[in-house]
Amino acid sequence: MYNIKCDVAIVGGGPAGLAAAVSAKENGAEKVLIIERDSSLGGILQQCIHPGFGLTRFKEELTGPEYYSRFTAKTDELGVEYLLNSMVLEVDSENKQVICTNSEYGLTTVSAKSIVLAMGCRERTRANIVVPGTRPAGLYTAGSAQRLINRQNIMVGKKVVILGSGDIGMIMARRMTLEGAKVVMVVELMDYLAGLTRNRVQCLDDFGIPLKLAHTITAIEGKERVSGVKIAPVDENKKPIKEKEEFVECDTVLFSVGLIPENELTKKAGIEINRVTNGPTVDQYMQTTAPGIFACGNVVHVNDLVDNVSKESEVAGKYAAEYALGTLTKTVKEVAVQVGRNVRYLCPHKLNIGDKEQKVTLYFRVLFPENNVVLRALDGDKKIAKKKELRVNPGEMCSITVDALKITSNAITVEVVKEA
Amino acid sequence: MVKEIICTVCPRGCHITVEGDNGKVNSVKGEGCKRGLDYATAEFIAPVRILTTLVKINGKENELLPVRSNKPLLKEKLFDCMAEIKKVSVNLPVKMHDVIVKDICGTGVDIVATKSLN
Repeated sequence: MYNIKCDVAIVGGGPAGLAAAVSAKENGAEKVLIIERDSSLGGILQQCIHPGFGLTRFKEELTGPEYYSRFTAKTDELGVEYLLNSMVLEVDSENKQVICTNSEYGLTTVSAKSIVLAMGCRERTRANIVVPGTRPAGLYTAGSAQRLINRQNIMVGKKVVILGSGDIGMIMARRMTLEGAKVVMVVELMDYLAGLTRNRVQCLDDFGIPLKLAHTITAIEGKERVSGVKIAPVDENKKPIKEKEEFVECDTVLFSVGLIPENELTKKAGIEINRVTNGPTVDQYMQTTAPGIFACGNVVHVNDLVDNVSKESEVAGKYAAEYALGTLTKTVKEVAVQVGRNVRYLCPHKLNIGDKEQKVTLYFRVLFPENNVVLRALDGDKKIAKKKELRVNPGEMCSITVDALKITSNAITVEVVKEA
Repeated sequence: MVKEIICTVCPRGCHITVEGDNGKVNSVKGEGCKRGLDYATAEFIAPVRILTTLVKINGKENELLPVRSNKPLLKEKLFDCMAEIKKVSVNLPVKMHDVIVKDICGTGVDIVATKSLN
């Protein structure tokens, strides 16, 4: 078997892996190796040709390729190494080894001092949400349609219904319209938008594409190819109201119904998975429950903006480098991170507090939309951080920063409360 | 003429009502802040958008070059610009931000590559 040795091995060369690699190098790791299954770096951003990336990080509106190119320029400059066309089969958390197949070397073992998991996420499919009906051609997840159109020059349909108002679905509604397809409607089960308001305005409203909130597809019809779908409004329990069902003609259905962190390798490595996020449990170093194994980006929790992924991955890269160098701060106290009112989940899930000063940013998503609220972090009963927001909604992530050394109890709680 | 505009400046997404005629704004209602007022006014008079799409590459069937407008274009010109871009095909190599179509449809805006390809 072919063997490679390195300081930090990174599984995945998308935005998370690239940012982690740059940060690991900048923080002193000598040999950093990215292992990527695709034939090029950049991950999903390679097919995200639309603008909207980098507004918080670079203060300009970049397209996906422009965004990742800023990172690949850095990885090249710093001498990050990479192994492309390499599918990782196993991560051995005890021996810190990554076993992969490479088209050139065959079965390959990468031995590292620390490992960063940056595998990203995959789309939920029709099977995940169980839509009744036939199984004709013309059914795609929004992301696979995006890859076919934007990277492989294959147009997927002419008359499209999109299920789910996630960002990828709305982006594809615009993309297909610009390419000459007719997007009949976007159907959303919830009574609010799943993605960003900006995308609703610029991808749907701009082209007069109707958004059907509190509706769902009740059946897919067609033998060889999709001939149409049945849609119906839903009641307060999300059950379709059958009497109001109607037929909508189309030849293509795109599913934009959520993303799932891709954690087969993580689970196999015996790393603890959080039940809400479906990603590994991590501390503020982005270290998983296996010492020396870090994780970042959408493999941990599905982020709203790539800017947030980059930031979080830089944290993982930095501490993975420190772990490899043996300089990572020893934990003196463990603090649990708990969800309070209108918080669905928090990341990191726990804090391993050392004896050094550290500002920790906790990222979270709310359960339901609200206006004029205060985000608060409580240490026991004591307020330790507070931030006002005009509006919060489940589609956009919130964050609050706390001073780790100032925490006195064994648990902090983050909550969203109405302004007094 | 009355237009309902959803503000995209911040996540709050204010619904702003703008009333006016022939590119002149008479009244703005429902904005949450000054930035929202500016956004709604600009959206009412002449909405602009960044256009991104793909361009054919000579000699390649299964690969396309991602491109963008280097400045926002008038929204009403988007489909005209798409039609122009569809006529174009490029030879490799291309460097990021190379101009692919200059002054598209007389708008003064260039279509540029968003990726380097060899």
